Amino acid sequence: MNTAKPPKLFAAQEPIFPRRVTGFYRTFKWWIMAFTLGIYYLTPWIRWDRGPALPDQAVLIDLANRRFYFFWIEIWPHEFYFVAGLLIMAGLGLFLFTSALGRVWCGYACPQTVWTDLFILVERWIEGDRNARVRLWKSKWDLKKWRLRLTKWAVWLLIAVATGGAWVFYFTDAPTLALDLIAGTAHPIAYSTIAVLTATTFLFGGFMREQVCIYMCPWPRIQGAMMDNETLTVGYREWRGEPRGKKRVEGAGDCIDCMACVNVCPMGIDIREGQQMECITCALCIDACDDVMDKIGKPRGLIDYLALSDEAAEKSGVPPKPVWKHILRPRTILYTSLWSLIGFALVFALFIRADIDLTVEAVRNPTYITMSDGSVRNTYNLRLRNKHGEPRDFLVSISSGEVLRIELEGQPNNHVIVPADSSFIQRVYVTARPQDPAANADTTALRFWVEDVLNGERAHRDNTFNGKGQ
Amino acid sequence: MSEHDKDIDTETGVETTGHEWDGIKELNNPLPRWWLWTFYLCILWGVWYVIAYPAWPMIKGATEGYLGYSTRANVEADINAFNDKNADLRAALTEVDLTKLEEDEALSRFAVAGGAAVFRTNCSQCHGSGAAGAKGYPNLLDDDWLWGGTIEEIAYTINHGIRNEIDPDARWTEMPAFGEILEKDQISQVVQHVISLSSTEFDTAMAAEGAVIFDEQCSACHAVDGAGDRAIGAPNLTDAIWLYGGDEQTLTETITYSRFGVMPPWGPRLSQSDVNAVAAYVHQLGGGE
Repeated sequence: MNTAKPPKLFAAQEPIFPRRVTGFYRTFKWWIMAFTLGIYYLTPWIRWDRGPALPDQAVLIDLANRRFYFFWIEIWPHEFYFVAGLLIMAGLGLFLFTSALGRVWCGYACPQTVWTDLFILVERWIEGDRNARVRLWKSKWDLKKWRLRLTKWAVWLLIAVATGGAWVFYFTDAPTLALDLIAGTAHPIAYSTIAVLTATTFLFGGFMREQVCIYMCPWPRIQGAMMDNETLTVGYREWRGEPRGKKRVEGAGDCIDCMACVNVCPMGIDIREGQQMECITCALCIDACDDVMDKIGKPRGLIDYLALSDEAAEKSGVPPKPVWKHILRPRTILYTSLWSLIGFALVFALFIRADIDLTVEAVRNPTYITMSDGSVRNTYNLRLRNKHGEPRDFLVSISSGEVLRIELEGQPNNHVIVPADSSFIQRVYVTARPQDPAANADTTALRFWVEDVLNGERAHRDNTFNGKGQ
Repeated sequence: MSEHDKDIDTETGVETTGHEWDGIKELNNPLPRWWLWTFYLCILWGVWYVIAYPAWPMIKGATEGYLGYSTRANVEADINAFNDKNADLRAALTEVDLTKLEEDEALSRFAVAGGAAVFRTNCSQCHGSGAAGAKGYPNLLDDDWLWGGTIEEIAYTINHGIRNEIDPDARWTEMPAFGEILEKDQISQVVQHVISLSSTEFDTAMAAEGAVIFDEQCSACHAVDGAGDRAIGAPNLTDAIWLYGGDEQTLTETITYSRFGVMPPWGPRLSQSDVNAVAAYVHQLGGGE
């Protein structure tokens, strides 16, 4: 290209009309779509009995009461590290899968891909397959085109509303909210959330599609750092396919340039040009090409999951490395180990965490006070947590190497009834008599204990007692 | 475009920007057109925002915006909504028999939480944010009370104050300045006696002389044994707590010139529910009786 023309500043979106395809990967993707959409739409409706004081929704993000319920697990705000751990696992999992299998997340499980797939399915049902859709796109806006377009948009909108609607059910009791939504009495936040998610689903699934992946998503840029020569990813066996030409032409490769791979591509690219940023490795071109290879009697796998490192071997006719050797590498083993390590740590933390807990805030304004009999008193605010579904009787006590006395504000016997599934702040006084060493020492270590009177479960926190420091 | 030599990438046929990093050149691909429309929409949004919301800074304040949005008004609305929501609790707190407040757990919690806020705003200037007081300003955390530590006595003190000329019902007593009544060495003897009431380190001979003077001059208010009298706000001199200090110099100063601690009446300034709330808050700080 030598004719220099000024580049355009902006380009219109190229319309893409993915053709229907059948095959192993397509079938696999249908199952994944059914599975992931099923999880998304149905999860809020699963019930889980937690007793009368707690919600009976299996998965619930209760922002108002600051609780996250996941089946038998209940996460309090101070246990947010579980969520942090899960996010780190999600990140490492993404690294693992990308280094082993390229952009599988993008191609199979990303919501953008799944919903776009669903929207294209609807589009095909209503407007027909690729050729019909191209014709419709080119045709004038007559009654038929309006009818088809409006029908399609209506169904898209329905899916979009259902998508936005399902989202809000995760945040409050689903059956109650569903009735409120229909009656028009739900909170405005619920309606506006549904409206925003409906708009984004409709726009991203129906119209933006590949633009989201190419221009909005950072992951295509990051993938370059995550993939290497051993990564199995969707590619074209150029050495086998080139030069392209009609079947039975002397010296021609296996590619008959039928454009099947291009026509099925939801990203509108040609995989034969090599690995490129736009490719989400949805593997539909593999199905399309295998189909053609079967028809012309050539072996499958002209387009296939392959690794760059195998190219030289395959060209010289040596069989490529087995799949497991591509996947089992120091890098993927490292990712898997880290991933499992965090996973085990989280499960461990989940099983050892107590149903009762306390934190101690020492009141240091002032550091200590002198009582009328000359004894020295420190004040502490204890946050007592009862994670049970019913009120519990907590006995608060201290242990220390020195003589110290404990009193609870408003609780004569050092017993506190902590309401169900909540925390309770109790003001606690610790006193050293004038003759006790702790009264005159600088600081004395002490340990606060709470005991669940019902089952003897205990928890403790360490703190210090301030004396006069003489 | 600038006048640089156009560099066309042979692979794609796209002009490069002329930028190069380690042999990697940047293609000058066009932006998607929807991006342009998004950009225009953002500009429109910006124009709308400037019209609808407070935006341009002027010499006095800023433009008010068509929607009349104001964070100040929002805060006021929030406070009003909060007060409306708690109107019943406030009414109950105004009427409540303070001695029975602890029996109503919800009201008690409301009173303590609200009282803490009122205390920090109105009382902490003298009594400290932690209620530990300072020299001349009583510590409210301990078990020593000048005028009484029951919740009713505390509420009375808050309502009427101490030694102020605003409220005729203010708690009022006055210690004479003994510098005009006693000789200096007599005062020193009384000081030794007062120290002897709570300490073992004192001058025995002087204290014995001082005890006689104390009996004559001081016991009417502070009692013969020095235990004080809450009815008239006479401090207990036998305990470990000193409002101004228990050392020789400070005691000499106190006896010679007297003390006159003043607290304003809060009844006229605070609502009765706020007074009751502060009383409840102070009562649960550790020394309440």
